[in-house]
Amino acid sequence: MSLVAHDEVTQAGSILFGPVDSRGPDWFRDQQRAAWKQFESLPKPTRKDQAWRFANVDLLDLTPFKFGGTLSDHDRAEILDQSRGLDEVAGRLIFAGDELVHRDVISDQLRQRGVIFQPLERAMVEHTDLFRKHFMSQPATLGSAKFAALHQALVSSGTFLYVPRGVEIELPIEIFHWLAGQNAAVFPHLLLVTDELAKVTVIEHFRSAHRQSPGFACGVNDLIAGPGAKVTYVCAQKWGENVLALQINFTKVEHEASVKSLNLHLGSRYSRFESLSRLTGEGARSDLLAVSIADGIQEFDARTLQDHACPHTTSDLLYKNALNDRARNIFGGLIRVEPHAHFTDAYQKVRNLLLSDDAEANSMPGLEILADNVKCSHGATSGQIDADEMFYLQARGIPPAIARQLLVSGFLNEVIERIEERVLADHLRKLIEEKFAR
Amino acid sequence: MKEANSAVQIDRSIGDFAYPEVHVRDAGAGLSEKTIHYISDVKEDPDWVREFRLRGLKTFLEKPLPTHWASKDLEAIDFDKIRYYLAPGTGAKRSWDEVPEDIKRTFERLGIPEQERKFLAGVEAQFDSEAVYSNIKKAVGEQGVIFVGSTEGLKNHPEIFRKWFGKVIPIGDNKFSALNSAVFSGGSFIYVPPGVKVKHPLQAYFRINAENFGQFERTLIIADEGSEVTYMEGCTAPKFNTTTLHSAVVELVALKGAKIQYITVQNWSANVFNLVTKRGLAHEDAQVKWIDCNIGSRLTMKYPGVIMKGRKARGHQDTGAKMIHAADETTSNIISKSISIGTGRATYRGLVNVPKHLKHCKNNTECDALLINATSRTDTYPTITVRGTGNAVQHEASVSQVSAEQIFYMQQRGLSQAQAMSLSVNGFVNDLVRQFPMEYSVELKRLIELEMEGSVG
Repeated sequence: MSLVAHDEVTQAGSILFGPVDSRGPDWFRDQQRAAWKQFESLPKPTRKDQAWRFANVDLLDLTPFKFGGTLSDHDRAEILDQSRGLDEVAGRLIFAGDELVHRDVISDQLRQRGVIFQPLERAMVEHTDLFRKHFMSQPATLGSAKFAALHQALVSSGTFLYVPRGVEIELPIEIFHWLAGQNAAVFPHLLLVTDELAKVTVIEHFRSAHRQSPGFACGVNDLIAGPGAKVTYVCAQKWGENVLALQINFTKVEHEASVKSLNLHLGSRYSRFESLSRLTGEGARSDLLAVSIADGIQEFDARTLQDHACPHTTSDLLYKNALNDRARNIFGGLIRVEPHAHFTDAYQKVRNLLLSDDAEANSMPGLEILADNVKCSHGATSGQIDADEMFYLQARGIPPAIARQLLVSGFLNEVIERIEERVLADHLRKLIEEKFAR
Repeated sequence: MKEANSAVQIDRSIGDFAYPEVHVRDAGAGLSEKTIHYISDVKEDPDWVREFRLRGLKTFLEKPLPTHWASKDLEAIDFDKIRYYLAPGTGAKRSWDEVPEDIKRTFERLGIPEQERKFLAGVEAQFDSEAVYSNIKKAVGEQGVIFVGSTEGLKNHPEIFRKWFGKVIPIGDNKFSALNSAVFSGGSFIYVPPGVKVKHPLQAYFRINAENFGQFERTLIIADEGSEVTYMEGCTAPKFNTTTLHSAVVELVALKGAKIQYITVQNWSANVFNLVTKRGLAHEDAQVKWIDCNIGSRLTMKYPGVIMKGRKARGHQDTGAKMIHAADETTSNIISKSISIGTGRATYRGLVNVPKHLKHCKNNTECDALLINATSRTDTYPTITVRGTGNAVQHEASVSQVSAEQIFYMQQRGLSQAQAMSLSVNGFVNDLVRQFPMEYSVELKRLIELEMEGSVG
């Protein structure tokens, strides 16, 4: 069953007409057609599905959304002007409505050492084997199989980043995804493959050219950390306030590899983020971090799985959410220790800070432990600003509004501090302050 | 450490003996309106009860199994093969000699009196404790406490019974509460008048001669304003059932300032589906405390809940739990400890809900799981919803093994590995077991020792 019957769709360019003729090779277009069939056959999620419990599934009406048309010159100039993130980067790609509008290529030195940083559609032709091996290799099991299929059917561009054995890229790689135009849809994709002992940091920005315009974003990331590799991935989500966003991330961590991901959620009307981290080799470590600040009628929905498939692996999840006005938050997370994955260390901590009487926090932290020699714990708390701390700050002459903001920033900062790269952490703090200032 | 653990093997088959069934009066297998009428006729139900049962049946047939979150194992229940009513006094008989040696040894080790052993082993269909029961009944009766079977309760005290029956857990709460509503028999009815504090725990154990432990028992306890009562059901010894489905409904009503403590210790044999709905309604300043200890069974699904309806009401329980805060300044506390042995699987499933505009509600949840063998498994699935400021909710869970250092330390001091292991496991549950009345906690400790012993090293 499709989300809507086709005859209900009247607009030209609607995403519900299915794949347009993409530029990809035949095998890729075959995959897209198959994915479209899958999208149409999978049922629409309901609240009765455990994976969608508490979620406002009624918001998932895709009828209005269409492929971004041609970008106006004004929008293009505006987007290029506004795509300001970090000062120094190793490479930068800027996408607007799935069209690559700007690129800062990586240095010759990195290219000579074998680093590949290019749009997805080129990678599928020039590096077919690598691409096919890792592109959406893991089924979306956290509820959004239907939307992963939609993404696969309709994705037309994105980023391919390959870091070969032993290469360490010091400066971060930066990627911008812009939604432009009324009811536009984008399908961002990042395919990151690191080989043995490689090291890389990536920051992705999700933004809207027009703050009020409704839009739809359906992204998928494949993050593959080869043996001993070290990957830091940061996502700064600042979609416009009427955007419906779904992001499905799959992370594979091989032996002795370490992946740290941080997702900062600030924008959108409804944003669902699924993150599966699979630890497949001894000594693998995955840090899953997230910060969200929700206000108005925003709804943030996070579903995670820390999947320990091998002995001697570590995962550590820390999610902190601040909720104001009538905002809602859902966290559904699971630590799964597979049989024989002994000597697992797995932690999961979710903390919600409720700032208003109409805010709502739903937490479903879960454990499934099928091996005995493990250290696992999880905790979930929901509370509010401590009256004593407020009093302390006010007693020192700080006005209540500022005191409150200081305390919320302090609460969230525990997560940001886990990012070692100072410029990145500072940038995230700046984005948080901007949201408070609004 | 690992080698030692893998050697732990618990023989759960000790509860698995069957004997020929000869039922003089029963409703036959399967469930239909005829079955309901048969039960109502035999039990001489008043008309409103008959109607209640029929509504229960209708709801049961309409409701699907909870398949989207529950274990698929539920689908193994064949509702057409179950006998829904066995008339009292028609239980099976067998002789003490037929009872397997190891069971007798278990009784011996637990220190269970001779007479009770016979009942538990199914040699006597009913445990003759008339004397004990009538003493208790007399003692509490003087204070105005009503302590009878649910059938007697609904016949002799309809004015209290009807007011609360099916109110805390409505027929349509879930498929199994509907089933219980249709075919219930057995269970207790207790009413404690205002201000009365019942000193001794009331035990279902001492009332079971009047009506056997049912498959579908229905218990209703009402503690009037300012009263206090402790109720206990079950026992630590293995309980043998020919039936495979146990589906009880327990409703507790604690009126203003009342305290109810409900203690369950159950040790089902490995073929039993134990699907129980338990809920307490705590009015202002009232306290409902569930202490629930589950051993054995094929699948136990039981989430005792407390609805804190009045200000400052409090709830306390362990194992799967449901806490609905419905008034300001309510406090709930959930402590769950599980031990998984062999291929055992312990699941905690909890729900905490603090709805809109409440102030100063507190919930604390702690789940600790201990895994004994490499094949043991444990799961935790809490669901927590909090709206608004002014409330504090926290959930914490941990999973661990018996610490190798602890075992080493104790072995250093001359304990055998098995003794060390059992001490360590007992220590894990100690703060909960301590809350049980003395005899129970002693029995439970012995039972844990027994389960661990001979299986390690």
